[in-house]
Amino acid sequence: MGYVAVSGGRQAIENAEKYLNLSRLQADKSSMDIEQIKKGLHFLVDRVMGEGSLYAPGLAALAIKQSAGDTFEAAFIIRAYRTTLPRLGYTISSNTNEMRIIRRISSAFKDIPGGQVLGPTSDYTMRLLNFTLLDENPDEFRGICDDLLKSAGITGELPVSFPKVVEILRKEKLVVPRMRQESIEQDCFDITRDSLEFPASRSASMQTMARGETGGMLALAYSNMRGYGSAHPTIGELRVGYLPAWINHPYRKEPYYIGEVLVTEAEILSDITMDDGKPRFALGYGLCFGHNETKAISMATLDRAMQEDHPKYPSEDSEFVLSHIDGIESMGFANHFKLPHYVTFQSSLDRLRKIKKSGKGSGEVENEF
Amino acid sequence: MSFEYNFGFIDENAKREIRRKTLKAVALPGYQVPFGSRELPIARGWGTGGLQITLAIIGKDDILKVIDQGSDDSVNAVNIKKFIQKVTGVQTVIDTAKATLLQTRHRIPEEKLTEEQILVFQVPLPEPLRIVEASEKETRRMHAEADYSAMWLYLYESIVKFGEITLGAGYPVMVNGRYLMSPSPIPRFDIPKLNMSENLLIFCAGRERRIYAIPPYTSVEPIEFEDHRFRVEDFKGQKCEECGSAGTYLNEMVETGSGERKYFCSDTSYCKKVKEGKKNETAS
Repeated sequence: MGYVAVSGGRQAIENAEKYLNLSRLQADKSSMDIEQIKKGLHFLVDRVMGEGSLYAPGLAALAIKQSAGDTFEAAFIIRAYRTTLPRLGYTISSNTNEMRIIRRISSAFKDIPGGQVLGPTSDYTMRLLNFTLLDENPDEFRGICDDLLKSAGITGELPVSFPKVVEILRKEKLVVPRMRQESIEQDCFDITRDSLEFPASRSASMQTMARGETGGMLALAYSNMRGYGSAHPTIGELRVGYLPAWINHPYRKEPYYIGEVLVTEAEILSDITMDDGKPRFALGYGLCFGHNETKAISMATLDRAMQEDHPKYPSEDSEFVLSHIDGIESMGFANHFKLPHYVTFQSSLDRLRKIKKSGKGSGEVENEF
Repeated sequence: MSFEYNFGFIDENAKREIRRKTLKAVALPGYQVPFGSRELPIARGWGTGGLQITLAIIGKDDILKVIDQGSDDSVNAVNIKKFIQKVTGVQTVIDTAKATLLQTRHRIPEEKLTEEQILVFQVPLPEPLRIVEASEKETRRMHAEADYSAMWLYLYESIVKFGEITLGAGYPVMVNGRYLMSPSPIPRFDIPKLNMSENLLIFCAGRERRIYAIPPYTSVEPIEFEDHRFRVEDFKGQKCEECGSAGTYLNEMVETGSGERKYFCSDTSYCKKVKEGKKNETAS
């Protein structure tokens, strides 16, 4: 008999948790080190920070350890932790020109001011299983370091900041103009304090996507790129780097530096549009925590798609996109169907039996829940 | 490293905001008030709405009861109760009459609640119009204009097609003659208990970020036609195998082996009370 009729649910829950914990630990007698996760699985850490909506690499690594690598679970643990923290203030909006770059590329121009900086990427690596990793030792690290420094060579210092590729086009008035700083500060919606409303403001839409689930966003963006939509993105610029964060000092009332966050930013150019009666490139923008290029490109593509005046496809409908990309919500709801639904099902049974008795209808009954 | 959580887990500013939005909901019976829903350590869809209300309004002296499918021992109810107890230290009970604050999923207890009690519902889908309109922007307009024609048409079509209204649990109700409201997936059997109830009823959907309420002594009517009335689930001729009650909401079970259908009260605390009452009668 199901788990409602029998009492003793508490014991069963506690044992289930112990069992899960055991299966996490049985792989090795020694527990996994948080630092190792932070450095060795940094893409995973970045993804969890982004979807968990909290920039805290150490906590994200802990969540990954606790959830045995389930990204949905790990991001969920981080979000729940976030609820215990008070909102103390907002950072001053920063200009991504100031980003300390580790990687920036453009697929729109061969040569860009400041140059293309490939940085750490697997883009041009053959995806062959690397069996030498089966047995790695500390010397390996030193070897790679040596090799990289020798072969890459030091070409001189990198500039502190790089000009934005999109600015070149903007100067020529080929892309839609940038919003004014004051209106950005004034109009900023906070999705963690207010429920999303539709049509959603651009800031609300950006925030929702910044913490969206990578896979979910990719699926919707891909549908648009592939044919259920019209955005054919050209990547104006993709940057990965550290962005300084400033807040207004509560007493001195002047900007105060609080640290930097690793972010990925994508600016895509797509389709010619009419802006104030002038033909221009429409711009799609994506920015997320950590190094996650797939997500930034997906976000920029969806941002562009949602600017359609007359949405035709799901990826162009902001209510459709923004209501379904949150991993914590979608995974929670999909899994809640495992909970007992005896009462509601009994209610549906009653309807179906009644209809059958009356001898009418094809027997389809609503069970919404 | 040990970690101490705030009373009620959620930070105080957030609790205050949830209480403010709840007051607004009480002032506008049946109207869905948007709020900045927080994530909790239980998953979305598992009662984060109900739980946020409970955590925001619970006090140290409250006596808490949590049920799922009418049962105190259901895994989810146990889990939620355990969490609330951990972050508040309040006393919990099974006896409905002794509780000051009750959180429920899918049922209203059989015993009548009083003015001294608050019942908090976990809500999966707060929008009663969702079955006829997918867009939130559009359903908000429909509520603003009290345009419920699509819903009436839905009921009518259902009668034409099946000879019956096919809606099972979560039957839409009209609150205070103004807003159409989803009572959460409670069975139709529980719907009449909402009308002119003595206690405050608060509904909250965490994932969908909506709070709504029915203040005490408010009119709540299931939508129905003059010539096709709203009907509750039919348990005629059945009674609970455990306590012998007829006239309670029953869950049916198929016995392993014999394949026989048996019925049990869904409200396990009520069932226990009735059974013990009978035992005491025979003893004295």
